[in-house]
Amino acid sequence: MASATDKNEFFTVAAEPQVNSNIPPGPLAEKWTQHKFNMKLVNPANRRKHTIIIVGSGLAGASAAATLGEQGYNVLCFCYQDSPRRAHSIAAQGGINAAKNYRNDGDSVYRLFYDTIKGGDFRAREANVYRLAEISSNIIDQCVAQGVPFAREYGGLLDNRSFGGAQVSRTFYARGQTGQQLLLGAYQALSRQIDAGTVKMFPRTEMLDLVIINGKARGIITRNMVTGKIERHVGDAVVLATGGYGNVFYLSTNAKGCNTTAIWRAHRRGAFFANPCYTQIHPTCIPVSGDYQSKLTLMSESLRNDGRIWVPKTPGDKRPPHQIPEDERDYYLERKYPSFGNLAPRDIASRAAKEACDAGRGVGPGGLGVYLDFSDAIKRLGRQKIEERYGNLFEMYAHITGEDPYVTPMRIYPAVHYTMGGLWVDYNLMSNITGLFVAGEANFSDHGANRLGASALMQGLSDGYFVLPATMGNYIASEKPEKVDINHPAFAEAEAEVVERTKKLLSINGNRSVDSFHRELGKLMWDNCGMARSDESLRYALSVIPKIREEFWQNVKVPGEGEELNQELEKAGRVADFLELAELMCIDALHRTESCGGHFRIESQTEDGEAKRDDEHFTYVAAWESTGVGKPPVLHKEPLNFENVQLATRSYK
Amino acid sequence: MAAVVSFTRTTIGKKMLMAVSGAIGYGFVIAHMAGNFHAFEGREEFNAYAEGLRTIGQPFVPHTGLLWVVRIVLLVAVITHVWMAIDLSRRDLASRPVKYAKKDTVQSSFATKTLRYGGTAIFLFLVYHLMHLTLGNAHSNFIPNDPYHNLVSGFQNPISVAVYLVAMAALGMHLYHGVWSMFQSLGLNSRRTDLFFRRLAQASGILLFIGFSIVPISVLLGIVK
Amino acid sequence: MKLTLNVWRQKGPNDSGHFETYHTDKVLPEMSFLEMLDVVNQDLIAEGKEPIAFDHDCREGICGTCGMMINGVPHGRQIAGTPTTTCQLHMRFFKDGDTITIEPWRAKAFPVLKDLVVDRSAFDHIIQSGGYISVPTGAAPDGNAIPVPKPKADYAFDAAACIGCGACVAACPNASAMLFTGAKVAHLAALPQGQAERYDRVLRMVDTHDAEGFGGCTNFAECEAVCPKGISIDVIAQMNRDLFWANLTRSQPKAKKESH
Repeated sequence: MASATDKNEFFTVAAEPQVNSNIPPGPLAEKWTQHKFNMKLVNPANRRKHTIIIVGSGLAGASAAATLGEQGYNVLCFCYQDSPRRAHSIAAQGGINAAKNYRNDGDSVYRLFYDTIKGGDFRAREANVYRLAEISSNIIDQCVAQGVPFAREYGGLLDNRSFGGAQVSRTFYARGQTGQQLLLGAYQALSRQIDAGTVKMFPRTEMLDLVIINGKARGIITRNMVTGKIERHVGDAVVLATGGYGNVFYLSTNAKGCNTTAIWRAHRRGAFFANPCYTQIHPTCIPVSGDYQSKLTLMSESLRNDGRIWVPKTPGDKRPPHQIPEDERDYYLERKYPSFGNLAPRDIASRAAKEACDAGRGVGPGGLGVYLDFSDAIKRLGRQKIEERYGNLFEMYAHITGEDPYVTPMRIYPAVHYTMGGLWVDYNLMSNITGLFVAGEANFSDHGANRLGASALMQGLSDGYFVLPATMGNYIASEKPEKVDINHPAFAEAEAEVVERTKKLLSINGNRSVDSFHRELGKLMWDNCGMARSDESLRYALSVIPKIREEFWQNVKVPGEGEELNQELEKAGRVADFLELAELMCIDALHRTESCGGHFRIESQTEDGEAKRDDEHFTYVAAWESTGVGKPPVLHKEPLNFENVQLATRSYK
Repeated sequence: MAAVVSFTRTTIGKKMLMAVSGAIGYGFVIAHMAGNFHAFEGREEFNAYAEGLRTIGQPFVPHTGLLWVVRIVLLVAVITHVWMAIDLSRRDLASRPVKYAKKDTVQSSFATKTLRYGGTAIFLFLVYHLMHLTLGNAHSNFIPNDPYHNLVSGFQNPISVAVYLVAMAALGMHLYHGVWSMFQSLGLNSRRTDLFFRRLAQASGILLFIGFSIVPISVLLGIVK
Repeated sequence: MKLTLNVWRQKGPNDSGHFETYHTDKVLPEMSFLEMLDVVNQDLIAEGKEPIAFDHDCREGICGTCGMMINGVPHGRQIAGTPTTTCQLHMRFFKDGDTITIEPWRAKAFPVLKDLVVDRSAFDHIIQSGGYISVPTGAAPDGNAIPVPKPKADYAFDAAACIGCGACVAACPNASAMLFTGAKVAHLAALPQGQAERYDRVLRMVDTHDAEGFGGCTNFAECEAVCPKGISIDVIAQMNRDLFWANLTRSQPKAKKESH
């Protein structure tokens, strides 16, 4: 097995890593408070003179835009959707964690911090995670004040439920549409600022490049997706809040439009990409039903609160579920992890499902599925209670599959859901490019190798409402960005590159559609860099990806023109970037010869098939520097120091 | 006054003016229908009832004084209702400049869909009705101050009766949706009351149609002579 | 399954547009409606033609991006009583040999950008004119400081579930956006947090609704019949109620643009 310090033919290691996490000194619990006090401020009257570009309008982007606008900055906010209300944060179902301890069940900031670090398999920064846990309570307060209709009890107080990876009830929810309600809250706050004139919104606008002037991020190049016009925008700082890159797998629970272009273009301009191989496979999705499948639909993890997961004990048992007697069912999560049972963390639950299906015990067409059964819960609580908790999820399942989950158990299978990796950022959420900030799923910061359920919403809003607004002021006040405008040569150069690339895509006029390339890449990644990875599979993927990429640039067919609404052109640009990112993901996965969280290396497992970490060699963040397409990237290691928690084997038994 | 004007700012405000004027009309047609039943009591009673309407409030108000107040209120209500209907309809039609090649409805009833046309029919009928039984210029054998005679001789003509029945059907349909709509537009409806108002509207439509049809049919059949 | 599709094709906002007919025999009952269009588009691309442009994103019925008239009903009709989004409409609700007419939302306030893609920014403008609670970040009291009775919270949620897809406007004979506007008004009016701005909000939002060129409500209730989130016209009655009171007691508030 290659040791961590080794390089292989695919990458090199930086002798002097250029990654300073800028974690403030002092005790863990006081770092953020102290840091906030130490940071410089911008006089309210001067803020309007500073322009901040925010790309993305999901939870992180919209909340940052709203808050920075409210503080008085001149904010320009961009999204590819036709309205900021449609960002994919909207699809989050289950809930948002907060260390409120309203249940008096022993929750605390420290426990949320510890659960998150442990859930992330000890691959996240302590200081960031502690701050996240600390801010979590403020988020709930903020959202309630905005009118987010959280679930309530009959006494009128906020209701909670439990979620994977935790033994306390700390998840706040709004039926099965928590992400929607939180996003609409942020969208409304953003709308208020648009009304007030502090934020200018650019919907149906896609960022295609980052502009760097004198080493600082100073602007972006965009394409107006209605007219096709390529435009320049200048600002004092750029925030990327463009979400994750799960669509590299083609089939994922991400929206069809989710893409890596903004962060990948920034990476190509010098921003480090951290831990790209950490991808979360969500255990409870509706199984694939055919080759035409365009996306996968997630069923909230909260279903695991009341649903029991099982497969038949005998491989190849094709009887319908209600004909399989109780003692011939294997409730494998309850069996293997008695204390967490069906609420085991996502990576563990996903792998267990894969194992069951690989052993021939899967159910449904193709044998790629396991049962999620509510009959016990319906017996115990009554149908009405279940309807109240999960009504919309059950309805969605029935719409898609044509089966009634109140009668027949749901069939579920894991699917790509979230990417823990992302652009590398320091404690202030600034990347290694000065003035380039990254927030939400687009950065790598808080979840380590695996994200716990109901933590993505928490991180997005924490970054946007509370962290960025504080650190942005400090950046502007200390850097005092010099005056530049869109006539600077760097803008012209970046724009020319974008125009050139667009022209190229339109002129190839080959024989294969964009989707066919995307599907090919996705299948390759799922088979070789998915739930289980090996040296062999990753090397295989690394041998094929460049070939697909090459063919793409010679044989893709993009109909239509550049100066119009052209959805094929949009897709082509995104797939071109996925074809580059996929290679980096495999390189990262190949170099990390340990198993941790969402990254499972077949070579590194315990005797009973659990993930085996290699703390001696891999307790670090892998931040990758680009050296050009197809060229070996440079690895910068940011060591992770655990001063407050002890590295332990993650056990949910 | 500013408050009243503010209702004309918005489509909702205009709808409320329609609802209020509609409510006045609704009250009027119920009273009118009830009054019609005096026809079954014979000439004296019916004419006395008609005369009574003119002498209400005497001696405190002059002869036909209150009747004129009612007439003016009704006139204002009709003008408001029609004016708002035209104003809103023009706007509504303009809000979809390109029509669908294929359009289906999911739950709206025939009465709902024909409200606008039914309303027009009722307005035309109203003009005819006033000329027929109030002013007499559309009546072949009109005797002033003998409403019973005018009623009976008017409805011995089957064509008139047919016109009346069609018009009353239109009125019934109008109320079948309109009465519920009135509560909805004024914001008086809610989940708890919805079914009640819908049934009230349907009952109003059906009962008023029947109630108004009885007298002309009875005349035609010779029951009222 | 074999299908014949009559699809509205329009090159751009200024093109007059026309129907084109396509035939496909590659449709499976398990496909979603959008996956069916994907298949048709792949064939069009292979034939060297431009694929049909349509808006879509999450494909799980929550983002509200997709939407088209399918045989005269927004998002298509699947089973009576359970309306859905286009992405959640599955082909098993169609029969082999069916002819399907597909058109964009049609409303003055929703101009067509291309084929089946329309511009719904009018909805954003309505929300921008007051569909929010003014609470600066960080200024909020504890989440449990103000109890909200469960029925109120549930009612607020039902109204807040709106996904802004525009089916209500598409279905309305008057292309009115009252259900959309009423949903936000009712959501915020139901909560104690929304009371301070309640009446100014309704005045401004209704004003914007009308200014955007939507028609008025004639209580057809077609909107609630096609709403994928089952929002009831109850919210329109609530908005009417609030507007009635606001008209009696308030003067029209000014837009909030600050000097910048």
